[in-house]
Amino acid sequence: MTLNRRLVYAVVSSALAILFALAVSAVILAVSGNNPLEAYGQMFEYGVRVDSLASAVNRAVPLYFSAMAVALGFKMGLFNIGVEGQYRIAVLVAAAVGGAIALPAPLHVLVIMATAMAVGAVWSGFAGYLKIKRGVHEVISSIMLNYVATGVGAFLLANWLRQENQAGDLVIKTPEIAPSGRLPSLNRVLELFGMDPGRVNLYGMAVVAVAAGVGFHMLINRTRFGFELRASGSSPGAAEMAGIDPKRMVLLTMVISGAIAGLVGMAHLLGFFHRYTIDFPTMLGFTGIAVALLGRNHPVGMAGGALLFGWFDRATQILDLRGIPKEIVFILQGVILLSVVVAYAVVEVRIRAAESQVVTGALREEES
Amino acid sequence: MHFGRRITLPLGNFAGSVGRVSAVAIELLQITKRFPGVIANDRIDLAVREGDIHAVVGENGAGKSTLMKILYGMLIPDEGEIRIRGKSVSMVSAKDAIDAGIGMVHQHFMLAEQMTVLENVILGAEPRSGLKIDFGDAKRRIAETSREGTLDPDRLVEELSVGEKQRVEITKVLFRGAQILILDEPTAVLVPQEVQELFRSLRELRDRGVTIIFISHKLDEVLEIADRITVIRAGRTVASVDPAGTTTRELAELMVGAELPTPDIRESTVQPEVLLEAEGLGSRSEDGDRWVIEDMTFRIRRGEVLGIAGVEGNGQRELVEVLMGIRPVHTGRVRLDGEEIDSLSTLHRREAGMGLIPADRHGRGLLLESPLWENAMLGHQGSRPFARGLLVDSNGARRRTEEVVEAFDVRTPGVDVKIHALSGGNQQKLLVGKEMLATPTVLLASHPTRGIDVGAQAAVWESIRTARSKGLGVLLISADLDELIGLSDTLMVILRGRLVATLDPGMITPVQLGAHMTGADG
Repeated sequence: MTLNRRLVYAVVSSALAILFALAVSAVILAVSGNNPLEAYGQMFEYGVRVDSLASAVNRAVPLYFSAMAVALGFKMGLFNIGVEGQYRIAVLVAAAVGGAIALPAPLHVLVIMATAMAVGAVWSGFAGYLKIKRGVHEVISSIMLNYVATGVGAFLLANWLRQENQAGDLVIKTPEIAPSGRLPSLNRVLELFGMDPGRVNLYGMAVVAVAAGVGFHMLINRTRFGFELRASGSSPGAAEMAGIDPKRMVLLTMVISGAIAGLVGMAHLLGFFHRYTIDFPTMLGFTGIAVALLGRNHPVGMAGGALLFGWFDRATQILDLRGIPKEIVFILQGVILLSVVVAYAVVEVRIRAAESQVVTGALREEES
Repeated sequence: MHFGRRITLPLGNFAGSVGRVSAVAIELLQITKRFPGVIANDRIDLAVREGDIHAVVGENGAGKSTLMKILYGMLIPDEGEIRIRGKSVSMVSAKDAIDAGIGMVHQHFMLAEQMTVLENVILGAEPRSGLKIDFGDAKRRIAETSREGTLDPDRLVEELSVGEKQRVEITKVLFRGAQILILDEPTAVLVPQEVQELFRSLRELRDRGVTIIFISHKLDEVLEIADRITVIRAGRTVASVDPAGTTTRELAELMVGAELPTPDIRESTVQPEVLLEAEGLGSRSEDGDRWVIEDMTFRIRRGEVLGIAGVEGNGQRELVEVLMGIRPVHTGRVRLDGEEIDSLSTLHRREAGMGLIPADRHGRGLLLESPLWENAMLGHQGSRPFARGLLVDSNGARRRTEEVVEAFDVRTPGVDVKIHALSGGNQQKLLVGKEMLATPTVLLASHPTRGIDVGAQAAVWESIRTARSKGLGVLLISADLDELIGLSDTLMVILRGRLVATLDPGMITPVQLGAHMTGADG
């Protein structure tokens, strides 16, 4: 009963927040001299095309990993704001490793992914180590490590990991990963259902994302580690008294979070770019924080959030062609986030009161 | 506290009010306040005479705090009327209350530590000349309001003792022109000497015509200071009595609405085998410059309850943390059931048979947002029936929790309910029950009955007694002297991190014990 109530509250409040954000963005569109209904209409029309939907999923997959990395920290009250740096350094090193080796197909991909996870884990492990050894707050250290990651990444790429450019090629990049180190697209599967995504290749990483979501749920809710993680987040004092070593938990959580962050760049790397270049997508780590908040750190909620953000991202592409600034998508995302956070805070109070009432009511019935 | 009356004879306290004809300063009529699922105040009546110290007593959760928040405009009553000096008022914010001459001194101080006494006092009510703050005028007015003049207005608040900080709070309220002062559990944070200090100031204020409402559940103090006492139980006013004609026991029975259970144990069950042994145990503070516990030696035998008496903040919390392996041991050693446990982690200590009822139920015992079964699991998450290897066995955990609920009469609709929805007494019964069902060798029980109702208190006492007769060793830390004397086989007194006396609970009264606790006789 309470579970259903929670679910209803969560869905309704998110939906209201999204509607509110659409309304605010409509006002902004109108003020800037565009017809909001027309803009939304075009976004919708373009957005429901099969290729757009596939593209939305492709855009959602990295955000989903990024959100899970952040959410794992949130579950124990840690704010890993460094997912951005973790995935960028991870994807660079993984691309270089993948481009340098030749292995049979499944192994090649696994080595690339494992490398990315290890690099992400080490990078975020720095922040964890600094917290337990020196008391440096993880927000400070991980955000600083983002800058370090950018710098170190640029240095590594420019000096050690780049491929020699041919004449006239100005893009700095790592060597291309051989086909054995790529994830196949899922277009074949779509075609089985009679859908044709055209030039868009639905990333194979989407399958990994679904598996990771299930794994995330199991880790949090079914394992001892997950229990200790949630206990530490909900009451550090009680957790400590219960024999959960806070330092060990901080380090372990940061390391696992970083490993998940390492997978953020894999969708684009293994499904599209097949190498690291200087125009590899950025900001996925920061957007992941928003998706984690939107999805309330829940694997299904975050999947919804990631798909929503991915879809907006794709659907607004059409606006540019119609002369409407597509930056409206950032306003949309921002307002959704703000209204969702407010809505959740309001709802949480209601839920708590309702839960108390249910208990009081049940006990009263029992007595009479 | 329990020794207050030794210092000042009760008779002296009432002299000031005898024969004084006073008007009613503040009057509450039929005040009702409901919260979801609970009526916090149910038609409460309260009349406070001008220039009285009026105590409001009641158990935790009886509705005292709600009532005071209503008086201070922080909550709006659903029904009822508030009259100040005969005039009906409606207050919707603390500002209204301040304007009506009511001031509140909160239990937790609201002071800016990095500012001076003077700055804190005038904060938000700065006397100005032009755009500048008129500090000279402020100082003059503070000197007027606090006649003792013992507070140096230029000292930083962070340098003050707890008692002095409280005085700053009172001065702050008076500075704003309050004629009616509400003090919410003002002695909870004070040591006995500071309590006497506070009482002296309160009497002085009363003699100057200030009306004081004093909220407490410490009955000895209330009898000492109050001119009139109103007792609240379960949201209702049950009595308004004259302290001269009543005793702590009568008051306590009014508060709980029943004859008090006594925690007395019947016969000794102590066996020779030593279960927990500490030898020369010492631990330094985090910054390393002082001992938080020092040179502690004690033994708990099979079937023995060792009571630790002491004023809070004398090392009780640190002792528990050292025994649980959360705080480092710098000298000495601990043996549990003959084995040295110094190198064991907290979880291993628990698995080796160390049970724990933490002092701060909400901060250190429970996951309020989690269901009962996860709370029952906490501290036992590594072993059956709660876990299988690295996985949580939620069915096993639920079953075990249902056993706890059954055996310890936890009133709940089920084990999947979030524990914040339960009453404090039921939360505590779960905490105690889950430890007991894990059959520990030694139980560290800190304030096991603090803030819970009498029924739950009796249940907790009973379960400790039963386990003791089955051979459990218990370290009992409590502020309730009757509980300590009633449950313990041996009593030790903790003072400034040391065990300073060993007493026979059969031979000592609470008053004598109180004297030991302050070091007066120790």
